[in-house]
Amino acid sequence: MQLVQRRPLPPQLSRVRAGGLLPLLAILAVLLVLVAVRQPDFLAPASLMSFLGRSAPIILLAAGQYFVIVSGEFDLSVGSLVTAQVVVAARLIDSDPSRTWPVVLVLLAGGVLVGLVNGLITTRLRVPSFITTLGMFLILVGAVYLWSDGAPKGGLSEEFRRFGRRAFEDVPVLGRIPYALVVLLVLATLAVLLMRSDFGRILVAVGDNARTAALSGARVARTRTIAFMLSGLAAAVAAILIGGYSGVSFQAGAGLEFGAITAVVLGGVALGGGRGSVAGAMLGALTLELLFTLMNFYGVSGALRPTVQGAIILFAVAVSTRRSTSR
Amino acid sequence: MSVLSLRPTRRPVPGVFVALAITLAVGWLVVMIDGGQLFNQSTTVSLLHVAAGLGLVAVGQTLVILGGSLDLSVAYVISLSTLVAAETMNGRDGALLPAVGLALTVSAAVGLLNGLLVTRLRINAFIATLGVGLLLKGYLDNGYDGPAGSTSPGLVQSLGYQRIGPVPLSFLLLLAVTGACWFALARTRFGHHLVAVGGDPEVARLSGVRNDRVLVTAHVLCSLCAGLAGIYLASRLGSGAPRVGTEGLYDLESIAAVVIGGTALAGGKGGVVGTLGGVLLLASIDAIFNQLEVDAFFKQVIRGAIIIAAVAVYARRAMRKAAV
Repeated sequence: MQLVQRRPLPPQLSRVRAGGLLPLLAILAVLLVLVAVRQPDFLAPASLMSFLGRSAPIILLAAGQYFVIVSGEFDLSVGSLVTAQVVVAARLIDSDPSRTWPVVLVLLAGGVLVGLVNGLITTRLRVPSFITTLGMFLILVGAVYLWSDGAPKGGLSEEFRRFGRRAFEDVPVLGRIPYALVVLLVLATLAVLLMRSDFGRILVAVGDNARTAALSGARVARTRTIAFMLSGLAAAVAAILIGGYSGVSFQAGAGLEFGAITAVVLGGVALGGGRGSVAGAMLGALTLELLFTLMNFYGVSGALRPTVQGAIILFAVAVSTRRSTSR
Repeated sequence: MSVLSLRPTRRPVPGVFVALAITLAVGWLVVMIDGGQLFNQSTTVSLLHVAAGLGLVAVGQTLVILGGSLDLSVAYVISLSTLVAAETMNGRDGALLPAVGLALTVSAAVGLLNGLLVTRLRINAFIATLGVGLLLKGYLDNGYDGPAGSTSPGLVQSLGYQRIGPVPLSFLLLLAVTGACWFALARTRFGHHLVAVGGDPEVARLSGVRNDRVLVTAHVLCSLCAGLAGIYLASRLGSGAPRVGTEGLYDLESIAAVVIGGTALAGGKGGVVGTLGGVLLLASIDAIFNQLEVDAFFKQVIRGAIIIAAVAVYARRAMRKAAV
């Protein structure tokens, strides 16, 4: 929304900024200390692992949203995509274990397809991504209600649900490692590697200044479309984990798009593109989840969660903007 | 090209009215074949009521979007305003004016906060207004489980249900607000400054515009419009409703109406008259589908597709113009 062009930073400086995760790590450490004071058990390996497993979906969504945001766009459709995927999975599987793997493949392909459509409409038809993905949000929510006549049908098989709720038990030292955490670690590593590859550099360049990137030979439309597809894929994986952990409901993905955008911004990524790292985005999501856990431990009413979330976002963004403009 | 660009970019009839006319004509035909009547008294009245609620929000939203900002907190401001109004009135006609005044003051204060966060603290408008919206959501979720307060009977009878022929009083209110905003944009210094800030903030600043003050004013006006929409909804519902804004998707729908009306999401181009067209278009589609008894969820799918398609048409036109 901001049209002011930023002055380009010299390359070595921008590399330092992209890795500037120290403030976030400090916040994370403070939160951990606060949690430890109130609830020392939380830091026991087993419960910490469970927490990380529970946080896996939002962290993955933040990574997916990061790709889109760093390329200069928005994806408001991820929350509705998660809901749609969970409901579709329940209906397709219909409690039949043998259908688990085919349905997982269908979901992943479906996520990529929704991202592809978002990307093509945004880049080829030049519709602002805010509107594209808002339209997609309305379409997906309407379609999923329409398809299921207003109430979720069928059920998830135990094989499907284990990704979100089971763990490798009796692991030495760590206690237990949730499957979700394994999925998260693998995908997070891939995301970081991807951002270090040529594609990652082009993606950031496109978000920083699409015209310059195009003149230097980057295929802007294709790069952005791929970013949307990655976001759709992340939403599909998140849907599989969320469906497994909390079951089927029309509220499964409600509000996740704003949660993911919040996490990304908290992680120091600039809306409008071209600044920030995927590791920052994922740490931002982790910080947000830890904050909610902390609020639970301190007995903050669930209804007040949004207020605290809002205050934290405003504070964090105000501080980071101040830092970057005073530079 | 250079001669063209010197002319004012405002066009007299935005394309949205053509789309509106076609939609109404096609809708009328389809509804008639189906054996119904699109333009009878009750459908027209309900169409204009839907348009009045969304329209008040969307006109305000137009101002901030023109200035290159946007407001995601309007849905919560609407809910808050219904509650403030209904609880202050508490069913008494005598408390009507203080209640309206208080609801508008609270709304304006939220707008002021939005504006200050965007301009003074330089927080991206998307995040700033989302954050303020969350603050309000927490307050509403924490304090209210369901409807509260009661709107004064006088207001319910006048703003809520009074009408002149098929035209509800609330729609006339929308026309008045739209007219005032049109005047402000086309004829006053504030309007020209706002469009300049939205077009290019740096150029506006160098030309002596006080960007911050203009944007804060736009945010206050936007929230006032949302507050007015809240008072109207309270008069329809007879009480304050803590979720009416979010359940109506007023935040996203108002932005959609603005963009369908031809205002650029990046700011600096467009106007409130187009927004009125966008609102009427969305309300007409709603009315036609209601007449055809189309499934509510299918309606939403079509609505999403129409929003994307409408904006794609604008983008296409802009591209062709750029190519000339």
